[in-house]
Amino acid sequence: MIKLFKLKDQKRQDAANSSGNAPVKKQSAGELRLHKDISELNLPKSTIISFPNGKDDLMNFEISIRPDEGYYQGGRFVFTFQVSPSYPHEPPKVKCKTKVYHPNIDLEGNVCLNILREDWKPVLNINTVIYGLILLFMQPNDEDPLNHDAAAVLRDNPRLFETNVRRAMAGGYVGDVHFPRCI
Amino acid sequence: MADVSSDPGRWRDVDKLLARPGNIVGQDFEPSPTLREDIGEIARVLVVGAGGLGCELLKDLALSGFKNIDVIDMDTIEVSNLNRQFLFRLQDVGKSKAEVAAERVMKRISGVNITPHFCRIEDKDIDFYNDFNIIVLGLDSIDARSYINSVACSFLEYDTDDKPLPETIKPIVDGGTEGFKGHARVILPGRTPCFECNIWLFPPQVKFPLCTLAETPRTAAHCIEYAHLIKWGEVHHGKDFDADDPEQMQWVYSQALKRAELFGITGVTYSLTQGVVKNIIPAIASTNAIISAACALETLKIVSGCSKTLCNYFTYNGTEGTHIKVTDFVRDTDCLVCGPGTLVELDTSTTLLQFIRLVGEHPNIRLSKASVTCRGKNLYMQSPPVLEEMTRSNLQLPVFELIGKVAKDVIHVSGTSEKNDKKTSCLRKLRVVFKGVADGITSMDTTDGS
Repeated sequence: MIKLFKLKDQKRQDAANSSGNAPVKKQSAGELRLHKDISELNLPKSTIISFPNGKDDLMNFEISIRPDEGYYQGGRFVFTFQVSPSYPHEPPKVKCKTKVYHPNIDLEGNVCLNILREDWKPVLNINTVIYGLILLFMQPNDEDPLNHDAAAVLRDNPRLFETNVRRAMAGGYVGDVHFPRCI
Repeated sequence: MADVSSDPGRWRDVDKLLARPGNIVGQDFEPSPTLREDIGEIARVLVVGAGGLGCELLKDLALSGFKNIDVIDMDTIEVSNLNRQFLFRLQDVGKSKAEVAAERVMKRISGVNITPHFCRIEDKDIDFYNDFNIIVLGLDSIDARSYINSVACSFLEYDTDDKPLPETIKPIVDGGTEGFKGHARVILPGRTPCFECNIWLFPPQVKFPLCTLAETPRTAAHCIEYAHLIKWGEVHHGKDFDADDPEQMQWVYSQALKRAELFGITGVTYSLTQGVVKNIIPAIASTNAIISAACALETLKIVSGCSKTLCNYFTYNGTEGTHIKVTDFVRDTDCLVCGPGTLVELDTSTTLLQFIRLVGEHPNIRLSKASVTCRGKNLYMQSPPVLEEMTRSNLQLPVFELIGKVAKDVIHVSGTSEKNDKKTSCLRKLRVVFKGVADGITSMDTTDGS
């Protein structure tokens, strides 16, 4: 290609005097795929998505879920999504911003959802993840606990679990842990 | 240190490749006794990464006759690099890899000019990359490769028959090593598969379920990931873990050790902790040397034409004996990054709304309910409602103005396509060209003829 380079060298010198282009932002393949995912979102009415950094940053967004049945009915739970440029090769990073009494979500907001870690596949998308999160509130699962205490109560005494969830969502203590109100 | 290039026999072998004709040479190879010097004078090479592979690459390229080399790396030298990153010495610890590497190679090989860039690859603007004839990668991450690939492909232009214009092809030679395994590949955007065409080649990263880590750890790696992903957050509320801070790594190690004791698990060591947390596999100096040699040779072949280039993906496995294989991967013709996309001609007055209608009716596109994005700016989003509202006012504006009054640009649209009554969602790349706007004129305000 050396002949081509010579030619280009010439061109570059010719162009050196003309005004330079402003640096343009590169859009990664991950961003493009995310653009498609977001534009196709099909969310239940009670689920709200927001973009804290405005319309041009889709890589960081928040989802607010309000379960309409089950133990967590009436609560509002906010999740942050961080999507890396290697999406969908890598799953999005999801954290629960609302402190919640839940067997599969710990007090730091870590979420135990299989499709966010070991079972993630590039064919999955943001919509599937959101529905996975909604399902966690419909069917909390005592077999894969992150919050060990909550899981034990759910397994051994579902009625007490229900009371605890209500108390936590109303802004009270479960044991010696305080939960902010989220109803 | 001796200057190895002053030996008159120094260039004998390279000159044999460049000065004599042959049967398996590249298409436009013109052998000449001065070709090596011409290459040294004309070719500009960018080496990305000055680590294990980067050190080898700089040495190999300089000793292959390249004289104008730039090297970019954001990292500083660490003690643990010294066993294989042979350009660095103990007193260099803490200094920029790019700067020290450049200085050392220039000291040893006279006539070579290496310009170091101590910064992130994203810190350089696009024009910086366009100045190089060829880009050689010595990287260790998918993200960084993907970024450089998208930059190199952004220079690629196609003619009206969707054939790549040769002068817009920015070749990439990509090397990578992992323990005793390595690869070297040649990417000629528009001709051979780009990085995104074959991204599915990468195996998914092993990730353990969080609940296993929290409840039923069985391996040393489980204990380490528990300390890293769960315990860290519990103790250091809101503070992100920094894998490059030895003190924090030590903390994770000690927590992992406690956890392992609790569950009667053995095998947690400091280096395993580093390995699991940073996803590091021990680097082997000889693998770097082999892969770098393959990359430097391909670089020389592409630039000089002295031999046909690698087609197009070379893998090396030295785990048991030596196994080498070359695979000829094929392009993804619909690749969003290197593919031609569909050519669309617009008037400067075409509004975004008209454009979206045109995309729906265009015989080669037929995409309904299109959302439109251009260079990271979302021009129109059909959904969700919050973004639709934010972008709705753009619909009445001319596309030409929305994308900054350039003669041509690449726009991506996603929407629903209908084929044989089957609806599928898809994302398409469009090459938009404006009628009557000359290339290079970026503003309509420019007075004609002046």
